[in-house]
Amino acid sequence: MTSCEYQQIDPQALPTPTPAPPPHHGNDRDKREEPKRPRRKWQVFPGKNRFYCDGRIMVARQSGVLPLTLGLIVITSGLFFIFDCPFLVKHLTSCIPVIGGGLFVFVVITLLQTSLTDPGILPRATPDEAADIEKQIDNTGNASYRPPPRTKEVLINQQVVKLKYCFSCKMFRPPRTSHCSLCDNCVERFDHHCPWVGNCVGKRNYRFFYTFIVSLSFLTAFIFGCVTTHLALRAQGGKGLVFALQESPGSAVELVICFFSVWSILGLSGFHTYLVASNLTTNEDIKGSWSGKSGEGVTNPYSHKNIFINCCSVLCGPMPPSLIDRRGFLPTDESVQTAGAGIELPPLAAKSEINVEVKCLDFAVSCTG
Amino acid sequence: MAETHSLQDMRQQAAVAAKVFIQRDYTKGTVCQFQTKFPSELETRIDKQQFEETVQTLNNLYAEAEKLGSQSYIEGCLACLTAYTIFLCMETHYEKVLKKIAKYIQEQNDKIYAPRGLLLTDPIERGLRVIEVTIFEDRS
Repeated sequence: MTSCEYQQIDPQALPTPTPAPPPHHGNDRDKREEPKRPRRKWQVFPGKNRFYCDGRIMVARQSGVLPLTLGLIVITSGLFFIFDCPFLVKHLTSCIPVIGGGLFVFVVITLLQTSLTDPGILPRATPDEAADIEKQIDNTGNASYRPPPRTKEVLINQQVVKLKYCFSCKMFRPPRTSHCSLCDNCVERFDHHCPWVGNCVGKRNYRFFYTFIVSLSFLTAFIFGCVTTHLALRAQGGKGLVFALQESPGSAVELVICFFSVWSILGLSGFHTYLVASNLTTNEDIKGSWSGKSGEGVTNPYSHKNIFINCCSVLCGPMPPSLIDRRGFLPTDESVQTAGAGIELPPLAAKSEINVEVKCLDFAVSCTG
Repeated sequence: MAETHSLQDMRQQAAVAAKVFIQRDYTKGTVCQFQTKFPSELETRIDKQQFEETVQTLNNLYAEAEKLGSQSYIEGCLACLTAYTIFLCMETHYEKVLKKIAKYIQEQNDKIYAPRGLLLTDPIERGLRVIEVTIFEDRS
């Protein structure tokens, strides 16, 4: 504590902006029973999310029907390449598997990006911040605690917008932010929680989601068209549809899947194209926030009043960074406080993390022993 | 003499007297801007103009990060064509500006705020919600 070495600490050299653990562990070793490596922030994340690859990948706790979505896409495309492509390459053109392959890769990549990216989660308010907000609101100086009022009004582009107080995150939600009860997080520019993708769709992954549904509608329509052409060609010469289906049973499965999904996916793509063009979110559209139901002169304050600019800003705008800093290290004083008597792993820790922790302990013990 | 103290030393040794939070200013929409109103707790410590200049510079930097211009559109379109895989290898314009902001805050802390017993926390550490100004006890 009274060391006489004053050094300027250069934050550029640190992995994250948060203060790194002090270089001298001499005093600390006496306090702690075992040497601890600093914990990363994802390990103490309060929301209902799961983290993999040491915090690089995150998913919502409830993965929904993501395996089903992925399975349907892979199986349908697989059947397409096995049953339809050979015939169509022989009778039509070899571009078909190339286009199909390209679309399939695009769809899978954008699906994984939608599911595994941080949708724009807002970190919860620190205790100091929360106390400051409550102090500002509760200015009567009343000793008895009463919950802070739920709304605050701001003027955005001459439009009155109500900001709600989030009791879980202990802060006033920024405009267009909503708290997802499934993930227990406030998400910026919250669109909806998509069970097909197993994640919330928000500010950071909306463009991935949009690209996914548009490319999926192209893929579904393409496969549907190719299968129909294939069966039509096979059934030529009076052989009949039943004969064609018997020759290529996979095509029947594809036909059923594509027929039932193409309408809903095309519909969803169309709906989201409308939302993008008017710079709305699904949440706002469903609640009718800007449709003028609540009074005259209520317009969307976030719209740029130009379809082209709206599309560009939503889809091609700058990519905001993740605010939760999953891989950052906790400050050592915090991790010592939260650890308690020994090393307690938080309930969110995945099994792989427990194994790594055990290996690290063994290594540390072998070093000191 | 104060300039030779490291910021971390100050955090560990000096007692925190108070923390002031500069909230976001939403009048222009969801773009990241902070209120330039000068908090009364800082009146005894720092010049109003100096503080407002710091916040205004930060606002300008954040506006630059989120600017919808030709560069961001090119980056966005290129990303779309590569199925957004370039985000895995390339640093985005926003991230580059955030680094500039971190450097600016460090510089401001060293030159202006640390000698007066104040410390600015980079808003990115608080989820871009607030600028946290820590006021240390005045030991002089």
